[in-house]
This record gives sequence, C-alpha cells and structure tokens, in this order.
Amino acid sequence: MTAAALSLPRKRVSLPRVVKSEWIKFWTVRSTVITLGVAVLLLVGFGLLASSLYGTPSQGGPPGNEPTDPVGASLTGTNFAQLAFGTLGVLLMAGEYSTGMIRSSMTAVPKRLPVLWAKVAVFTTVVFAVALAASAAAFTFGQMLIEDGASWSDPGAARAVIGTAVVMAGVGLLGMGLGALMRSTPGAITTLFGVMFLLAMVAALLIPDSWGDVVQYLPSNAADAFTAVEQGEGMLSPGAGLAVFTGYIVAVLGAAAWRVKRSDV
Amino acid sequence: MIEVHELTKRYGDKTAVDGLTFTVKPGVVTGFLGPNGSGKSTTMRMLLGLDAPTSGTATVNGRPYAEHPDPMFQAGALLDAKAVHTGRTAYHHLLALAATTGVPKSRVGEVIDLVGLHEVARKRVGGFSLGMGQRLGIASALLADPEVVVLDEPTNGLDPEGVLWIRNLMRDLASRGRTVFVSSHLMSEMALTAEHLIVIGKGRLIADVSVSGFIESASNESIRVRSPHANELHDLVAGPGTTVLSVDRGLFEVTGLSAEEIGDRAAAAGIALHELTVIRPSLEEAFMELTRDAVEYQSATIGEAR
Repeated sequence: MTAAALSLPRKRVSLPRVVKSEWIKFWTVRSTVITLGVAVLLLVGFGLLASSLYGTPSQGGPPGNEPTDPVGASLTGTNFAQLAFGTLGVLLMAGEYSTGMIRSSMTAVPKRLPVLWAKVAVFTTVVFAVALAASAAAFTFGQMLIEDGASWSDPGAARAVIGTAVVMAGVGLLGMGLGALMRSTPGAITTLFGVMFLLAMVAALLIPDSWGDVVQYLPSNAADAFTAVEQGEGMLSPGAGLAVFTGYIVAVLGAAAWRVKRSDV
Repeated sequence: MIEVHELTKRYGDKTAVDGLTFTVKPGVVTGFLGPNGSGKSTTMRMLLGLDAPTSGTATVNGRPYAEHPDPMFQAGALLDAKAVHTGRTAYHHLLALAATTGVPKSRVGEVIDLVGLHEVARKRVGGFSLGMGQRLGIASALLADPEVVVLDEPTNGLDPEGVLWIRNLMRDLASRGRTVFVSSHLMSEMALTAEHLIVIGKGRLIADVSVSGFIESASNESIRVRSPHANELHDLVAGPGTTVLSVDRGLFEVTGLSAEEIGDRAAAAGIALHELTVIRPSLEEAFMELTRDAVEYQSATIGEAR
C-alpha cells in the first residue's frame, strides 16, 4: 500500500477536534440558532413584562398579600424560556437521528461517546453563557421597572440570576439526553415538558399527603428550590435542590451514553 | 484491505447476514453483489462499526474500524445519501466532518470540486436531488483520502454522466492502490467496473471470484450455427456430451463442442455455414443462474429440516 502515499497529514480523532466539529454543527443549522434567539426573547421579554406589572394595585387583592419577590418577577420568563432551551437540547441530539446525520457523525467518530460529550460541552457553554446574559439583562432591566427593586447584593439575588442560567442549561441537557434515548424529536420534547411542567402538578394531585415530601425531589421543584430567593414550605434548600437537579441530568446523560455506545445506529 | 470472517447479524429470529467470510484486496475494484435484501448494506454497516455483529469479525486494514485512532484515513464510506442534516449546507457538513480528524479546510474545497458540487456547496442539503446527495456522500467518503473506500449503491439516482464519473473515479482509486468495495444489485454495472466479485444471497456467500471466472463458472458457452443444410449438420454435431437446440429453421445452438470443431466438421462434409457465433452468457444471466442456485439450495435445506 506504499503506492498510496497520502498527501494529507494523518491526524487522530481527539476530543478537542470533535468539540470543534460540534461547534461548527451547532452554529450551522438555522433551527438551533433561531431556537436560541427565541429562548432569549422569552426570558427577557416575559421578565420585563412581569416587572412592569409588578405591584400594580389593580388586582385589588386583600391587604397583606402584596407581591414580595421582585427578583422572581423579573425572572418570570424562565418558565417559557425553558421550553425553548429544552427544545434546543432535544433538537441537537434527536435531530441527528431524525435526519440520518448520526450515521455520518458516528462514522467520523466511531468510538461514539466523544460525539455526545462534545455536544454536551458545546451546548452547556453556549447555553449557559447566553442564558446568563439574558437572565442578567432581565434582572437588571426588570428591577429598574420595579419601585424599590432588588439589587445584585440582595441575599439570593445573584444566586437566582446565575441559577436561572444553570437551570436553563440543565433543562437543555435533559432534553439532549432524552433525544439520544428516544431518537425522536416529538417524543423527547413531549417527555421533557411532561416532566418539567406536568409531573409536579400531577404528583401534587395524586400522591397522598404522607408522601408529600416526594414532590420536592421532582426535577422541576428541585430546580425551583435552587433559584428561589426565599425557600417556601416543602422546598429543598438551594444546595440540595441543585444536587438533586444535577443528579437527574447525570442519570439521564448516563443512560443516553449507554444507548449511544451500545445501540446500532 | 477488508477482511470479513464468519460475520453474522441476526435481528430477532431473522438472520440478515449468515457466516460471511471474504477478503477485499487493494488495487482492484471489488463488486459486492446480491439481490435486494440479501444483506449487503448490513455487512457494510458492520464494517464501518455502525451495527455490531451478532458474531464474527469485520476488519479494515487489520483492525475493527472503530479501533483505529484515525478512522477516516483508514476508510471512507457512502452508505446512504441521507446521512446528512437537511438544514446544513454541503460545505458546513463536510467542514464539520473534516474537523473531527484535523482535515484542513482546503481539502473540503478540493472534494467539493472533485464531486462537482461547487455551485451548490453553500446551499442547504434539504433541497438536494438524490444525485446531488450521492455526490455529497462520496465527497465525505473521500474527505481524508482513505485507503479503503466503501460505496453502497453509489450510482443510485445519478444521471448517465454521473454513472460514468463514478466508474472512472473507482477505477482511478483502485489504480492508486486503494481498496474499493462497491455494492450493486445490477450485474451490468459491475461488469463495466469491477474486476472481482463477491456475490451473496440471503446473507450467505455464493461466489468470491474474478468477473471473468464468475461468468465461466456460472454457465457454459454455446455456439450458434446457421446453415442452409441444417439437418445434415445437425447429425454431424449430435452425439454424447453435446446438446443441440433448434432455435429456428436453419438455426440451432450447440453446447459441448467448440466453434472450431463445428467449423472443421462442416468444412470436411462440404456444408456451407452462414453463421458460427460463440455465445457467452452476460453477467446478468450468470447472476440469475447463481442466485437461482442459491434459492434451490435454500429450499433443499428447508426440505431436509422437515
């Protein structure tokens, strides 16, 4: 085979090279970039909307029921933005399976797992940075709209803002994991939203009171506990909330890794 | 070099690939033939590490594909033209694949020019025709100028100009010492391109032969004889070991005698010949004959099992 001397320098597949490849992939599909933009709009837009309505007395509620969480108000967009960040995570992984791209990806990197870890790295970096900028903007400008608004130095404020970015990236990672497990965009999106939005409600209805503690360990409630300025009743501490939420991410990504490595593509 | 040993793939109780063993050598184009559903694509997918074999091994240059530190330099494959994200441009698709193993950007431009996608390289792949998709697949296969090139039905969806281009490309790769392994269900296509053939049916190896050897082994040649004195000539050539088949008035086909023998006997008897043609079976006919044998073999084993 000496006759077939190569003019190209032979280089190995390495994690940094796969990360570079995933970086290119991330930015060269229109749908992912649009989803990212929509997420930012939702996070900032709803935050500013809720802030501008904050403390408006027109609701005519009973006295003593005034809103007490200006930080939370400016981060109201979290609930909507996690739909978009979650979808982005699902698209990144399930999109490879639904289009067939995964066969090219796994032929280029037949050890397979570097593809998953590189996607996790690129996604986490981009989404955390973008979500942090968006939640910081929502907080900063939101508080300007609120009379006696909170400041960065208020207890729990910085944690809420940074925590929001952590949760946004986390929900996206759950979406990525589900995308790899289910290999279907609609299936993974439905499951993700079911878990993040419906599960806590259904659990509150169905689980007997004596089991009430279980509800606080659900992913959505654990994430809320981490970002809440003040811990309500039946809520984990911020640290415990983060630990539980991270646990779910690790478990889902672990299962995804097993499936990516073991299953035929 | 591709080495496949006792390769088997089962899906539930269905066996797609059944104990295949063969070797594909560098420097020639090797055709991989079989009817649809005979296990060609599954074999190629196992070769590239996309599917795990139930048992047996498939290696590329001495190792399973996935165990090479530089897999894209070892082998490049076009397995299906749909292995692309439809929302990405051809250029970015290739750029992302190239990045995984440090292939420079300049090489991406080279392969785009090589496959003739220059004008559409910046368009999104979703709008590509099947032929353009095939060209993009070939571009990704050749990205790292690999030693082994595996192509699954590369001429699908290509126009005649594209088919000719693929044919020349494969010959050129083989002449540069590459291992070229190409599947097809069209014998006529392989006759023009391949030097060696691996034929499978129902997941099993039917033949591992050179193209010329394949034709010889599959069917005997026959001689077409046309003469105004057919009846007299008929008596001259008939005998043990020969078969004479009348086709038309004054026209018959002989198997078991060479054209020279028939011509000499006719000349000795003073019989005029208007035609004496050696008929070699086409590759397509040889293929039909071989796969028919495979089917017969299959039904025989079912009968024994009962």
